[in-house]
Amino acid sequence: MKLEEIARLIRAEVLAGTDKLYTLDIDTACGADLMSDVLAFCHERTLLLTGLTSPQVVRSAEVAGLSGIVFVRGKKPGDDVVELANALGIPLLATDYPMFEACGMLYGVGIGGTYRLSRADGTGC
Amino acid sequence: MTASDEHALEMDFAVARHDFAAAGEVASRVKQVLRQLGITSDLVRRATVATYEAEMNLVIHSSGGKIVLRVDSERIVVEACDIGPGIPDIELAMREGYSTASDEVREMGFGAGMGLPNMRRCSDSFTIDSSAGRGTTVTAIIYIAKPGS
Repeated sequence: MKLEEIARLIRAEVLAGTDKLYTLDIDTACGADLMSDVLAFCHERTLLLTGLTSPQVVRSAEVAGLSGIVFVRGKKPGDDVVELANALGIPLLATDYPMFEACGMLYGVGIGGTYRLSRADGTGC
Repeated sequence: MTASDEHALEMDFAVARHDFAAAGEVASRVKQVLRQLGITSDLVRRATVATYEAEMNLVIHSSGGKIVLRVDSERIVVEACDIGPGIPDIELAMREGYSTASDEVREMGFGAGMGLPNMRRCSDSFTIDSSAGRGTTVTAIIYIAKPGS
């Protein structure tokens, strides 16, 4: 599913990465507020949904090789975070939906979780 | 590192105490360097995650230190050294969920007691040398070619 379709589905504002809206394919997502869990268990090319807006979220996404970040519950990061995401080429979306509902909406249209990948190869790291 | 390895590389990166704005820059740089060396993406990811966790530990807990990246044809070594305050109980620090981090750190998504366990998870070999009152050296080794292969 293209990032643009995901943004439309969860009524998200695109804060960074508009150039990837129609080219970036997403088939896996995870929801987490703990960056060490993201680093340990998320697989590359995963879309991260989170309620945190610190620069460390963008850093974690870059380090873990994630596809992009969705900020939930109407949270928006500061300009420094958006600038960092633009510099690192990481798309940022922001939706008013809470974590559970945003994850559910994506799961409902066929976006998979990381558990199936972890089971296949042992661990995320 | 083997002395005969013409392509061996060593780089030092300073990490300052409580410099949260810069936290992650070393990991980004390490990722870039390893990619330029043509290291496979799985190994780059493991080394970069280990570096990032080490970097966050230095920023959060240490009085300042550095990360040394060494790469040769056989292995990637990430070594985090600091000037204190040291880890009083290494076994306790290695336990998943144990943390002495502040609420400020937790609000950034860290400080859940996963840093050192995550580093170990990403490493083929992992050692900690520390005691209270002096510095800590954490070394993560990721083999490019398994020893003896």
